[in-house]
Amino acid sequence: MSDPTPFRLDAGATPLLQTIGLTKRYGNFLANDAVDIDIWPQQIHALLGENGAGKSTLVKTIYGLIQPSDGEMRWQGEKMVLSGPSEARARGIGMVFQHFSLFDNLTVAENVALGLDGKESFKDMSARLERVSNQYGLPLDPRREVWQLSVGERQRIEIVRALMQNPKFLILDEPTAVLTPQEADQLFIVLERLKAEGRAILYISHKLEEVKRLCDTATILRGGKKVSTCNPKAETAASLARMMVGTEIKEVKAAAGRETTVPRLVVNDLNLEPDDPHGVRLKHISLELKGGEILGIAGVAGNGQDELFAALSGERLAQDPGTVIIDGIAAGHLSITQRRKLGAAFVPEERLGHGTAPRMKLSENALLTGHAASGMVHRGFVKLAAMLSTVDRATETFDVRKAKRDPEAASLSGGNLQKFIVGREILRDPAVLVVSQPTWGVDAGAAAVIRQALLDLAARGAAVLVTSQDLDELAEITDRIAVMFHGHLSEPLSTAQATREKLGLLMGGSSLEDREAPHAVSA
Amino acid sequence: MQLVLEKRAERSTTIALVSPLIAIGLTLITMSILFAILGKNPISALGVYFIDPLTDSYSLQEIAVKATPLVMIAIGLSFCYLANAWNIGAEGQFLIGAVCGSWLAVKTHGTDAGYWVLPAMLLLGAIGGALYALIPAICKVRFGASEILTSLMLVYVADLLLDYLVRGPWRDPKGFNFPTTAEFDPVATVPILIEGGRLHLGAVITLLVVVAGAVLLGKTIKGFEIRVVGAAPRAARFGGFNSNQLILLTFAISGALAGMAGIIEVAGPVGHLQPGISPGYGFTAIIVAFLGRLNPVGILIAGLFLALTFIGGEQAQIAMKIPLDVTKVFQGILLFYVLACDSLILYRFRLISSSPKVSSGAA
Repeated sequence: MSDPTPFRLDAGATPLLQTIGLTKRYGNFLANDAVDIDIWPQQIHALLGENGAGKSTLVKTIYGLIQPSDGEMRWQGEKMVLSGPSEARARGIGMVFQHFSLFDNLTVAENVALGLDGKESFKDMSARLERVSNQYGLPLDPRREVWQLSVGERQRIEIVRALMQNPKFLILDEPTAVLTPQEADQLFIVLERLKAEGRAILYISHKLEEVKRLCDTATILRGGKKVSTCNPKAETAASLARMMVGTEIKEVKAAAGRETTVPRLVVNDLNLEPDDPHGVRLKHISLELKGGEILGIAGVAGNGQDELFAALSGERLAQDPGTVIIDGIAAGHLSITQRRKLGAAFVPEERLGHGTAPRMKLSENALLTGHAASGMVHRGFVKLAAMLSTVDRATETFDVRKAKRDPEAASLSGGNLQKFIVGREILRDPAVLVVSQPTWGVDAGAAAVIRQALLDLAARGAAVLVTSQDLDELAEITDRIAVMFHGHLSEPLSTAQATREKLGLLMGGSSLEDREAPHAVSA
Repeated sequence: MQLVLEKRAERSTTIALVSPLIAIGLTLITMSILFAILGKNPISALGVYFIDPLTDSYSLQEIAVKATPLVMIAIGLSFCYLANAWNIGAEGQFLIGAVCGSWLAVKTHGTDAGYWVLPAMLLLGAIGGALYALIPAICKVRFGASEILTSLMLVYVADLLLDYLVRGPWRDPKGFNFPTTAEFDPVATVPILIEGGRLHLGAVITLLVVVAGAVLLGKTIKGFEIRVVGAAPRAARFGGFNSNQLILLTFAISGALAGMAGIIEVAGPVGHLQPGISPGYGFTAIIVAFLGRLNPVGILIAGLFLALTFIGGEQAQIAMKIPLDVTKVFQGILLFYVLACDSLILYRFRLISSSPKVSSGAA
């Protein structure tokens, strides 16, 4: 087995990979509709599109996970038919998935060994792993167990695993979604280097600024069709967004002269043990959120955001009632239903299965959180009319698109379901809204509606707490931003002062004082 | 061409209604093959099983008598199953209910106790069944013990307890040493609805249970809680519903209904407590619950259908010398097909042309 060595290819006439009229049909639905795309060596090619535009289907087809219904693929000018990912890997196509496929209780080397074809000894493989990872500036200790590693380190495993097969073509699915800005910068250096070695990279992302900075070519998909192939450096983020969405995105506007009033949500020195062994312990969390204010919580996923949501919502109870105070009333010991009666509302990250029961109707999902205080229950009996009226009002106010009046939650698209969930809570006119990843995986149009709704709610005097991994989103709607790291919550910064650099340091676990002090050690 | 199973966007209501019928159809086909193997004419065998019992009033009454406990137990079980609590021990709760109610009948035997005895017996039966069902429920909630195993094992405990009582302390002194209590007094007996027939008041109580079950599930917040906890546990927790509480509640309800069915059976058609009061009602009710789509009205229909198989089985044994165990085989096959057909509610079959075959010479 050889190390990945730079190779040369006549980058002349034929592209490395070419799809011609590639089509994937599911029933009557066209996930990919005659997509033509050319991938050249020594290029970073961006694949842009909203959720459901067909990006995943396209890359899964190229990686051999899905068989196309029509059209063909050419590899170095010759027709290619893949019956599975191992054939794709054999040709030199590698892929790093957005969701890692790693075993938490195995070591780095064991995880990598599982993904390789296994002709070399485990010892040789470990040595090669260390060599490859150092060569690309992706340091990894092969003997560490995965559960001890940060998300960024886990991603390194996936990238190194792909690189060990010396791919000519590497597909990365939203690699920076889970990284701090600094970690993302390091990743870009690696990608530039891979490009310089003559490899081709297909880079899927939502983050347009990132694409403009990194990529040479961009292909934009919308509704399964290719909209255009362009040079992202010559485009603006707005023009790229317009091509992705197809229409102009409404700009989100904060109401002028929003005033903060009294504290409506206070957390005092909240400590909480996790209820599962790989969970995060919340340590000394304190915050104060006034009416009319939006506080953002940034941080890499898995640093205690889920645990904080559970503690604030009352899905998990605190020992001391005074740790969570809603509108002046100690609520740490109160159930989620009792907290809702105090005027709090919650929107969890996971839409299906947490925020809604997927196989139940919208009216029943309105009842799910509305039974506490919306006149939907009278002496133990449910009132269907009140439930349906909530569905209708949410539909109207937030432009929820659905096939019939009261469909099952699972039949709505992500964006429309999220609009319904946020709408369901906002229509109750909450005093405090705690919302987690409000626009995760939601199309740009729906995201704008949701962000505007949060701003409007704050303008009406509510306190809004937003947890998000999208720093642009936080910058757009929040007044202050705090960062979660290893179960700690930093002091909030005013959004105006919260630069990406500062937030990135906090997300990586450094404190700002250390960095600014003259005796700070350089990393 | 290739046959694939494809997920539907939304559950199909039509299939939800039709699926039990498909299952019954497939069961009949399988049974015909079985009858043919046994050397019987399938057509006449099925006729004896499913048509003959519907043609005389004695059999019709008998079907209602058999359906009474089945439906009452199955309504309770459907609550458990909707909430993802797997009560397999309704048979045991049925027996304990019979024992608890019979205690009062035995104690008041030969006294001039008034008409309060029967209602009190029904109440005792329900309470006994509920408490007995709470044993596995509490073990599940408190210690995480699998309720499937514990509730099933308690069936045998109940069986032996009943056996002990009727052979020991409660045995009728004038009963020629048969393991049975004395015949219950008239005030301890469920009244007959039609003079000279076997149909009793229990059938009316069962109909009331069906209506109450439908209202509870469809119209109340408790019913909604039960459904959400089973369908989406995490969403239920987010809604503020306590799944442990609901496990206890649904087990208690289903135990109470099974217990009441038990005492009605003893104080009605049987007339005294003895071993073998149930031909497996508690287990057959599991099939009734699923065949009825865990829906009270569906359960009523399914209960009548399963009762028909009991009666038909008895007649087939007499008329065609088909072993009675074939009825159990039939019920087992039916449950199998019902569960299999249910996947069509969320999935559908689709014929697709396989991916264009290309020679792999290009590589």
